[in-house]
Order: sequence, then structure tokens, then C-alpha cells
Amino acid sequence: MERLLIQGGRLVDPGQGVDDRLDILIEDGRVERIGKGLKAGRGGETVEAEGLIVAPGLIDMHVHLREPGQEYKETIESGTRAAAAGGFTAVACMPNTQPPNDSRPVTEAILKEANRHGYARVYPIGAISKGQKGERLAEVGEMVRAGVVAISDDGWPVMSPELMRSALLYAQHFGVPVIQHAEDLGLGADGVMHEGEWSARLGLPGLPGAAEDLMVARDILLLEQTGGRYHVAHLSTARSLELVREGKSRDLGLTCEVTPHHLLLTDREVADSDFSTQTKMKPPLRSESDRLALIAGLQDGTVDAIASDHAPHHADEKDVEFSAAPFGIVGLETTLALGLDRLVRADLVSLYRLVELLSTGPARALGIEGGRLAPGDVADVTLFDTEPRRMVSPKRFQSRSRNTPFLGWRLRGRPVATFLAGRRVELS
Amino acid sequence: MTELSWTRKDLLGIADLSAAEIQLLLDTAESFREVSLRPIKKVPTLRGRTVVNLFFEPSTRTRSSFEIAEKRLSADSLNFSSATSGLVKGESLVDTALNLQAMSPDLIVIRHGHPGVPHMLAKRVAAGVINAGDGAHEHPTQALLDAFTIRQHKGGFEGLKVSIVGDIEHSRVVRSNVLLLHKLGAEVTVAGPRTMMPVGVEALGARAVYSLREALEGADVVMMLRVQLERQSQAAFPSAREYFELFGLTQARLKAAKRDVILMHPGPMNRGIEIASDVADGRYSVILEQVANGVAVRMAVLYLLSGVHREAE
Ligand SMILES: [Zn+2]
Repeated sequence: MERLLIQGGRLVDPGQGVDDRLDILIEDGRVERIGKGLKAGRGGETVEAEGLIVAPGLIDMHVHLREPGQEYKETIESGTRAAAAGGFTAVACMPNTQPPNDSRPVTEAILKEANRHGYARVYPIGAISKGQKGERLAEVGEMVRAGVVAISDDGWPVMSPELMRSALLYAQHFGVPVIQHAEDLGLGADGVMHEGEWSARLGLPGLPGAAEDLMVARDILLLEQTGGRYHVAHLSTARSLELVREGKSRDLGLTCEVTPHHLLLTDREVADSDFSTQTKMKPPLRSESDRLALIAGLQDGTVDAIASDHAPHHADEKDVEFSAAPFGIVGLETTLALGLDRLVRADLVSLYRLVELLSTGPARALGIEGGRLAPGDVADVTLFDTEPRRMVSPKRFQSRSRNTPFLGWRLRGRPVATFLAGRRVELS
Repeated sequence: MTELSWTRKDLLGIADLSAAEIQLLLDTAESFREVSLRPIKKVPTLRGRTVVNLFFEPSTRTRSSFEIAEKRLSADSLNFSSATSGLVKGESLVDTALNLQAMSPDLIVIRHGHPGVPHMLAKRVAAGVINAGDGAHEHPTQALLDAFTIRQHKGGFEGLKVSIVGDIEHSRVVRSNVLLLHKLGAEVTVAGPRTMMPVGVEALGARAVYSLREALEGADVVMMLRVQLERQSQAAFPSAREYFELFGLTQARLKAAKRDVILMHPGPMNRGIEIASDVADGRYSVILEQVANGVAVRMAVLYLLSGVHREAE
């Protein structure tokens, strides 16, 4: 029997409504007891967590690990190392690999590689359509049996309402949510930044917020008819958030995530950074009023999760003209510190709520284990310290890519350790 | 001349400039205009300096204007354009910049289809970079030559009513002109079909109207833009004929403007689409003066950016 005691820390666990100084005793990978003054007992190991926050393992429900096919950007190994370094015990990886994860063998290969390294749990998200082409449903049942926890064509939206309706219906056989990259490509698809004041100034083609709103509205209308579960990936506009808020009030199976960059940056950043391609992502950095609406969505509970949309790109790919650069930035190694410093320390959300958004919320949205450390639960744990100051320095990233707009930001708070089923993750 | 001295390495856009810097550029252009009136139109100011003209987009007008300006200043110029294969297909912009840097030119004039490319280049080369148009973003020397022409005719900018008409969304000329004229105190109006007006246009510092008549009323200066209907998304405008009907400038329509209005066009013109021929060639038109002034303004820009004025001090 393996026994581990995490002692003296402040347990913040929204999964069971706990925020208190409590010890956790773990046995054979599962939580045995939580309480005060617990003992590891003979042969047990003790981790001193005095002054630290103990949270159910953080889960990033939207990352791109790039393997198979684009290992020069990221691999499952480097991506899960980045996850562990950033305080995450689990990631859900999008299917837009090469080949895309649209069938059982690809899912199995991803899981095999993830298990071989064991830095973080990997929950593959399967494609909605074969080849992510938006035409015919992929073999969702096969993929779910192999380990897929959700389906999405992320990278691309599901444009066809017919296909989206089928996906919402069919996914119910397997109890998985449908995740949509909500963007109507029929409106402003050649855009490279948010359409508004700053695109007007910079002469860059705009991506209208309405393209997202149209898709969210359409999908909610479909969801009303189909039932099932629908999740909006990287929601970025005030209007979309309102649509989700309204849908939730009617108890639709509706959830959404937002990214740290949409919470902390706006379209103005493109100009202030002099066209830096690190400010280019999809959805684009939106207006200040959108940003404030997203923060209100964190506060009133409309937002279920913060997800990084970790999208590694090689430096050579990003070091080109703004219009020609690929969309996306990395996030696994900055999300927690950004949340601690710019959301919690800035008094926008409580620490409890931040943990909910980074752990309990995504676990619920995906319907996976985790997000709670009650007796019997899997002992995936994140320890972090809210005090130390550190500068974002991509040179120290475990990720193979360094494309971040947060370079040089001074942030207070950092991850200290992660545990998977009661075992400390070692990055050496 | 003003006491202010030029300290910038690059001219990337009007957005960066102060009103005093703009005036300095215009005053300097004034002194170079005289060179073009001499029988021997050449001064030794930039002798021994190398200027690279880097044109990733076809442009006869702006490129030849820069080339003439360089010749009149006795600079050595080097032309690369996508048409003459000097620019290798597939080479990244960063590699192009590094290669240029290795040749250590003094100045680089760049035209590119993508906004922000001159800014990217400026960060990587020691040479001064002059933006000769980056996508729909800025075209600072065009705005300077337009301002120079306006100043010649109107004396100044304070309270001047300037109307710019056409495809506002896709025009770099508009952005630079609005920024510049706004900084110098003019009242700028932009006009065009609603489908060619960028979302957020107010941020530029101009009033937006959607009828030609409203734009022309009481205008001191009217600037017509080239409209390229073939480049528009299909939803933006149905036909050239309908465009001319709604926004084409005719003699009769121009009567709504002030009696001493001047008519400008950055060229090349689409006669019969945005402007009727008799107006383009008529008595209000200063279109050819703009072209002549372009050379003087570019000489001033090359001179100030080269830093020779500082060495002389
Ligand atoms: Zn996406």
C-alpha cells in the first residue's frame, strides 16, 4: 500500500465546497481522508505544504499538442511537460493533428504516447467529422471507446447546421459533449484581427464579433431541439456570453470556456506591440467592452472554465508578416500565474473561484474524473504558491514553442508541484 | 526654418509623428521644391549614400517618384521589385531583411501588401526605413505630399474642410491623410458607400458621411480615391455604373463645394467611375501638382532620415 500525506496546506476544493487548512491522506492513488492533524503512518511519505495552496489537479480543457504530425511545434511529451510545469495534471487535446484524431487508431496512439511519459493525463478530443472536413460524422462511438472525452472540429468551426444537429444528437449515445469553435466563416473570414477601432486604424482586415455570435446563436437554437451537451470553446465576445447566459437560465446542456488572453488583453495590443504576431490568434483579441463582459462572466458563474487554447507554433512560422502568421499562442505555462496575479490579486475573482475555473469547472464540462479531492476521488493534486514573483520567460518553457504575448510580464504566484494519482510528477 | 531637428530613424506612419515634425517635413520639402525648378535638377546632398527601393507590390507612381527624388539628391539607388525577380520567391521577409542589412544601405524604401511589414523591417535593420505604403495601413509620403499641395493653395490647415471620398476601408491614403490633417487642425470628412466604410472609422479622427452631396457641401478640399470594384468582396458594391451614379464626381456635383475648392486624387484615376474626365482635367484639379510635389516631399524625407542634416551641424 502506497500512502502519501499532504500536510499543512490550504485546501481549496470547489468540488466539495471546501476552503480550509486541511491535510489530505492519499492511499493507492485515491484520497483516503481529508482532515486536520492526519498522520502518514508507518511507511507513508509526507509532503509539507505549509503556506501553499492545495487544489484538485488543474485541467486545461483546450490544448493543441500537435502530435502526430507537427512535432516540430510540440509533442505529447513536451506538451505534457509544459502542462506539469504550469501546474496542470490533465489536458484535453484537440483533434487537429496530422492526421486528425478522427478514428480509433489515432486516439489510441495519442493515449499510448501520453501514458509512456506520464507527466499529465491526456484526454483526447475526437473529431466531429471525418478528416475534420465538416461533411460526414466521424466514428464517434469507436473513438469514445478508445478514450475520447468530447468531440470537436476545433481549428475549424462546424459550418453545416445539418452536421451540427447530427453531432449534437449522435454524441448523446456516448454521453460526450460537442465542442464548437464558434465562428461563421461566411462573415469576414479573411480577417486577421478583431474588427473595430483598431483594425480601422491599422488597415488590417477584421474578424467581426458577429461571426462568433451568429454561430453561438445558431448552435443554441439547434441545442434546444436536440438536447445533449454543447460547449463553446474560447468564447470571446460580450454578445456570445449573453447568449450562453440566457441559454443556461433555461437549463440547456450548455457550457463555455474563456482564455486568459481574452480576459487580459484587447485588440489595442496589436497596435501597441507594433504588429507583433504574438497578438494574433483566433478568436482575436477583442474590444475592451468584450473583455470586461468576460470578466463579469467569470464572476456571475456563466463561464465554466478557463482554458488556454495552448497553440504552439515554431518561431520561424510566427516571425513573418502579421497577415501571413499562423493564429495562436501557447498558454500552459502562463495560465495559472496570470490567473493568480491578474485575476485573484487584482480582486476580480476569488482564489476559490479561480480553482473552480481551472479544475472543477472543466472536469464537469467534460464529464471526467477530477476537479475534487473528496475521499475516494483520484488523487490528482496541484500545489501552488501565491507569493513568489517571477517574470514570464519563454526560455524556461518546457513547451517546444515560445509564442506568447506575455513575455516579460511580472507575475506573482507559481505552481510548485503536481501529483498524478498520488505520485509526484518529476520533470528532471 | 523651425528649430526642431529630426531625430527619427524611420518614417513608418503619420500616426507616430507630432504636428511639429510634420511641419518640419513640409518646410524641408519647400526648400527642395526649388531644386526641381532648376535647369540642372541635382544636388550632391546624398552623394555616397545608398538607398534601396524594395517594392513587393507593383507601383509605377510611388516608385518612380522615389527614384527621381533619390537621383536628384545624388544617392546611389538599388531597385528590387517582385516583378524584376530581385526578390526571391519564398524567401522570408526576415531573410530579406538580413540580406539587405548585410549590404549596409543607408535607407530602405518599402512598399508591401501587408500592414506592419515596414515596422517589422525597421526593427531588424540599421538603415532608416521609409514606408511607401503597407497594405491598407499607411502611406505617409502620400499624405505629406497631399498636405504640401494643400498648404500651397490654402496657406494652412486650421479649420479647413477636407473631404475624402471613396473606398475608405481599403485605402492607406485615407488613413495617413486623416491622421495628418487632423493633427494639423483640419476638419476631415470621409464619405463612401456604407459597405466600404471600416467598422470603427470614428477612431481615425474623421466624420463619416454616406452621401457625396453631404461630403462636398462647403468643402475647401475634395480628395477622390481610386475605387477598384474588382477587388471588393462581391457584397460590397453591385457595379461601376451604380458607383458613379452615387459617388462619382461631376462638374454639377462639385458646385456644392466652396468656390475655390481644390480637387485632388492620389492616382491612378478611374475616369468615369469615381471621377468624370472633365472634372479631373478641369480648373479645380491640382492632381498633376500633387505628382510634382511628391518628388520634393520625398527628397525632404530622404534627406531628413539620412541624418546628413545632423552631421552638418
Ligand atoms: Zn479554436
